[in-house]
Amino acid sequence: MTILVTKNQLVIPGEILASGSGVKAGGGVFRKKVNNETEIYASMIGLAQIRKNRVGVVPLEGCYIPLEGDIVIGKITRVGITSWNVDIRGPYVGTLRVGNVIERDFDALRESLDRILQFGDIIKAQITFFDRMRDPVLTLQGRGLRKINNGRLIEVDPVKIPRIIGKKGSMIQLLKNMTNTQIDVGQNGRIIIVTYNLEIENLVERAIRKIEAEAHTSGLTDRIREFLEKEKKLISERSE
Amino acid sequence: MNEEITSLIREDGLRLDGRGLHELRPISMQTGVLDRADGSCYLTWGNNKIICAVYGPRELHPKHLAQPDKAIVRVEYRLATFSVEERKSPAPRRREYELSKILSESINNVIFLEKFPNGTIDLFITVLDADGGTRCAALTAASLGLADAGIPMRGMITGCAVGKVDGKIVVDLSDIEDKEGEGDMPVAMIFNTGELTLLQCDGMLTPEEVEEGLKLSKTAIGQIYQMQRKALLAKYSQIEEQSDELDEEEE
Repeated sequence: MTILVTKNQLVIPGEILASGSGVKAGGGVFRKKVNNETEIYASMIGLAQIRKNRVGVVPLEGCYIPLEGDIVIGKITRVGITSWNVDIRGPYVGTLRVGNVIERDFDALRESLDRILQFGDIIKAQITFFDRMRDPVLTLQGRGLRKINNGRLIEVDPVKIPRIIGKKGSMIQLLKNMTNTQIDVGQNGRIIIVTYNLEIENLVERAIRKIEAEAHTSGLTDRIREFLEKEKKLISERSE
Repeated sequence: MNEEITSLIREDGLRLDGRGLHELRPISMQTGVLDRADGSCYLTWGNNKIICAVYGPRELHPKHLAQPDKAIVRVEYRLATFSVEERKSPAPRRREYELSKILSESINNVIFLEKFPNGTIDLFITVLDADGGTRCAALTAASLGLADAGIPMRGMITGCAVGKVDGKIVVDLSDIEDKEGEGDMPVAMIFNTGELTLLQCDGMLTPEEVEEGLKLSKTAIGQIYQMQRKALLAKYSQIEEQSDELDEEEE
């Protein structure tokens, strides 16, 4: 077995990563038999990832693929008789059943669903069930899951979300603590920023855009800390 | 102005636009040019100007087209009204239907469609200026757009036409060589593995000439592939520094 790329090397689809048997395939790659030899190729643009004898690609571009347990920020696109359809920015539309929203019994003959959630409402929900045969099923019952009434909604590339959250939540904690804002991150690439200062709100958005653009570089947390310190000083000087 | 063209190869052995027989036209590529599309590419190839937008994988409408085991690829290839010599009607013509079909069949084979059941991947390719070889250029642009959208693929498709002009095999035909020449053979392949995704032939070519053409096209495709690679990574190498353990920074 031979691994033909170095760690964190930028690769494009179709680039060979490893050949010979004994190499395991991680995410973002595919195997192919060429002259009785197994070869592993990248299937997405990203950074090569090597861990022991497993090669994979951390994608730099991509859409959101729902996973059970993900917290997502969705938008109601249809109000039905006993369920809502929710846009979760993926290839599939999320379904939110009324039983997963309110605890009491719901009588569709007497009540209308748009008294609970209306078209266009933004919600923070969790995916409870998804198997690619049916559309993902969402729930609003859980800690922190709710309808979102205020804040700024921004959309980022879903593949950059792990970077925005950071190692064990370090990046998002940094953003929250330094700007004193409430930030809700959905795995589907939607972020809600809640603060009562417009300049701080703009600053947080700029910081998130910076993380998004530089997601493939190292030492990002330190650079974001410097960036926030510098910008916060400017804001306080201006307000004086 | 109606000078009669007697030969497509000049006395000094070069072609009408001053290229050598196996020389490509200047090519430039840029990805991520459209804000609203998931992936996009702008490509100029000689006088060809092509813009490609990729959407998806997304929900498919109308639903009856959906396939429960895989996504479908829909390609819309269009010539702009001002892209050809005389104004073209904006309605799609036979040529556009044909090209949309062959492009989607070619792309079908390189995408992992089974990862997105019931979905669709839509490509909109608009030729702003046409000067021969647009189907190969469109495929080259399409695969850049697909990679930019982050759609998993078996490899990058790269295309380049070869043909026969004045009894000689030439690479990358221009519009006039395509129309007045003796034969035209568009080739597209995944360069890394050498798998063909498109091979058409129009005109009279002997088996030996086809073989020679394929060999020449592979060399040309190799050059174009390197440009594709550069164009795709340009966005990242600009702000690239030493990357650390991205994988372990996940939540």
